[in-house]
Amino acid sequence: MRPDQLQQGQEQKKQGIDVAVLVSIGRHPTTGRARRAEQDARGLELALAMEAELPGTRISVLHAGPQNDDGEAALRGYLGMGLESMTLLEQPEGSDAILALVEHLAATSPQLVITGARAERGEGSGLLPYALAEHLGWPLVNSLASVEKVENGVVTLLQALPRGQRRRLKVRLPAIISVDEAAPAARQSAFGPARRATFSVTPTAPEADSELAQWHLAPARKRPKRLKIVKAASARDRFKAAASKAEGKGGQVLTDVTPEQGAEAIYKLLKEEEVLR
Amino acid sequence: MLETLLPILIFTALALAVIGAVRRIRLWRQGRPSRVNLLKGLVALPRRYLVDLHHVVGRDKMISNTHVATAGGFVAAAALMILVHGLGIANPLLGGLLLLASASMFVGSLFVARRRINPPARLSKGPWMRLPKSLMAFSIGVFLITLPTVGLLPDSLIEGSGSWLLALVLAGVVAWGLGEMFFGMAWGGPMKHAFAGALHLAFHRRAERFSTKKGGAGRSTGLKALNLEDEAAPLGVEKPADFTWNQLLGFDACVQCGRCEAVCPAFAAGQPLNPKKLIQDMVVGMAGGSDATYAGSPYPGKPVGEHAGTPHGPIVALEGKALVDADTLWSCTTCRACVEECPMMIEHVDAIVDMRRHLTLERGKTPNKGAEVLDNLIATDNPGGFDPGSRLNWAADLNLPLMSDLKQVDVLLWLGDGAFDMRNQRTLRALVKVLRAAEVDFAVLGTEERDSGDVARRLGDEATFQSLAKRNIATLSQYRFLQIVTCDPHSFHVLGNEYGELGGHYDVRHHSTFIAELYDAGRLTFSPWKGGSVTYHDPCYLGRYNGEYDAPRNVLKALGIEVKEMERSGFRSRCCGGGGGAPITDIPGERRIPDMRMNDVKESGAELVAVGCPQCTAMLEGVVDASAEVRDIAELVADALVERPTDGASGRSRRPAATTSAEEVTV
Repeated sequence: MRPDQLQQGQEQKKQGIDVAVLVSIGRHPTTGRARRAEQDARGLELALAMEAELPGTRISVLHAGPQNDDGEAALRGYLGMGLESMTLLEQPEGSDAILALVEHLAATSPQLVITGARAERGEGSGLLPYALAEHLGWPLVNSLASVEKVENGVVTLLQALPRGQRRRLKVRLPAIISVDEAAPAARQSAFGPARRATFSVTPTAPEADSELAQWHLAPARKRPKRLKIVKAASARDRFKAAASKAEGKGGQVLTDVTPEQGAEAIYKLLKEEEVLR
Repeated sequence: MLETLLPILIFTALALAVIGAVRRIRLWRQGRPSRVNLLKGLVALPRRYLVDLHHVVGRDKMISNTHVATAGGFVAAAALMILVHGLGIANPLLGGLLLLASASMFVGSLFVARRRINPPARLSKGPWMRLPKSLMAFSIGVFLITLPTVGLLPDSLIEGSGSWLLALVLAGVVAWGLGEMFFGMAWGGPMKHAFAGALHLAFHRRAERFSTKKGGAGRSTGLKALNLEDEAAPLGVEKPADFTWNQLLGFDACVQCGRCEAVCPAFAAGQPLNPKKLIQDMVVGMAGGSDATYAGSPYPGKPVGEHAGTPHGPIVALEGKALVDADTLWSCTTCRACVEECPMMIEHVDAIVDMRRHLTLERGKTPNKGAEVLDNLIATDNPGGFDPGSRLNWAADLNLPLMSDLKQVDVLLWLGDGAFDMRNQRTLRALVKVLRAAEVDFAVLGTEERDSGDVARRLGDEATFQSLAKRNIATLSQYRFLQIVTCDPHSFHVLGNEYGELGGHYDVRHHSTFIAELYDAGRLTFSPWKGGSVTYHDPCYLGRYNGEYDAPRNVLKALGIEVKEMERSGFRSRCCGGGGGAPITDIPGERRIPDMRMNDVKESGAELVAVGCPQCTAMLEGVVDASAEVRDIAELVADALVERPTDGASGRSRRPAATTSAEEVTV
């Protein structure tokens, strides 16, 4: 490597970026106790790993919601992973977090926003990353496995696909990435740092979630699952069927179609599958 | 000539010793404050030394007698020498006593020397190898210079014109002896153990460990609580100076006899822990430097000389190496075998848990499954992450009386987390059968019960321990009961010895103790034992932690079983490897601790090993190709139960309603 290249390499290494990690209050699946949400914690772990790799990376942790003791204890679970503070966008109970987050993100303009794919309480629709991306006009990459490097405002990401496949993507910053179980597991939360960390509370304009208010919420019940019927002649076939995920069948690949044709095809499929009636 | 030389020598050595002592004391005072009644401690010192310490030392008669002769001789000789030769009080009576003392010391030093010929591996070498020679130099030197004082030798022999050479040689020998005994004592030589050891006994952090004139050998095994209210207080020990000053003093008292090393299950299993080396590393850290001068067995698999530390530097490095590696601290099963054997009353387990607390509470570095178990304890109140509502599922058919219904009973049956373990559920069912057969008025907390906090505390998570403990104490305070009975010695220990500091005081009994009491009261009748030979494995948390060695043996005796003792039983019982979160942190070694224990069982020739702890059952039953079956005492008792003659039953039964349900129970 020539000296000027080396110097350039070092400069790139030093190039840290501003990362905002969105965290929510989780819910333990067995006991329902508030905790750090599994996916959001993985998102924070990803950011902390970036900080170690890319010195100069600044992590800001963001939570939008009401301020109460139970929630604070759960949020401290994130802080115990080794953070000094967290920004709390204070909202009354039942507010829509999206607008508050959009406003804050637009004002602070981080280069990368990391969020869990789906919240463990509330609607848990998994739409928040998409809504943020729509409002901010930033690209979104879901199901992230790792962040490989950041170079000249372009981040190289590894996206997880089903059955262990990975796809390498280059995305121009700013961008939003969402993580699920494919991302590395979160580190242990330690009591001492969690206790010492501070919250900076920013009140936001109350923005009632009018749609949620109209919803009727009930505990989920287990739904019947369609069984996979395997007609296998040999043990090898049976094993293959058990070990592999079902391939999508009967689909069609549309190439070089106009957006209208594409939308029409999707609309037709949703009708067929009785998603839309 | 000697008459002028000796006082100079003696008082120089004494002055240097005082300077050294002040320096040493300043090393100890780097530690954090600890409330100790200094005067009371000093007053209690002779008794602690002569009774409690010699109770431990006396387990090895040879070395005990050696020490009495050598140390007793030295103390007397040193005091008399200062009078006779230092201050020149040439009283023939004092001189005669001095001769006697130095002679006794010489005889003792001969035995010390004998032990240093092919010494066992547990003894440290290095400077300790020269100690017998120094002892001899001192005793011979003092003996010879005293002979003229009592007139056994003409003064002229030393005072004569040609004998200055002899005088010089004698002075040299005495100087050597004084150097080791006075100077070395305060400047870190082998004799440091006498100086630091005496003060350690006086200012021990667990004064309640020692017996008093009122009788009763004290027992103090509960870990000390961290003050979590005070946010400025450090969470555990990060650096040597974070220990309390009397803990540092305790480390300095180590004589490197290696008794701890000889009994440590982790050391025997080839895991990277040696209690003696750990204590020496703490001494190195306190003074600053490297462990290169350590002359004993290393941590298995870790060469000596690669670790170094300072009083205010981290003990465990964030990256790389510092004073001690984390896996050393996580290898400990907290079995207390080292503490039980230590003749200097050093508290190894306290120190290890203190350092673990820092790793868990400040760094979040509990290894392997540790983090998962702690998260489960926080979220579900049990280490396995099971639904707390399913705690009583194993007893769905037993109609167990609940505390929430009865509010007041004689006996609260504490189930422990074994309630989620299918193996331990058999033990619990057996215990319920026994309690019903004896018509005990008992109830369980059911789903109100939580993990006692034992594992969380030993993994260093004091916050989760205190959270669990406080909630358990709040639950228990709603009900009235005379005593708690449990088949889990870990719960027994925590409820009985560690909840007190947090405000929960209970009369707790292990099920073996309770069954023994029931049998003595004539409430249980057994059919004679028909099985093969049986040995008994003492759980650490029942035996060493709580001193209960007799009750389980009495129960087995009542069953008609003659216990074939293992070589290591009673207070010397070898750990099963299941304590202190060791199965969770799972530090690799060369062997497995439970395999070694089942080998002990095999050597005893027993076909069955009786146990009294869910952890021991799980660990010992996990041994492949074991030669003996593993049964809990409750199971043996339940199998041997026979119905009592009815006349006795109706007389004692306080709750006739329970009798009917007792008959329905089949295990």
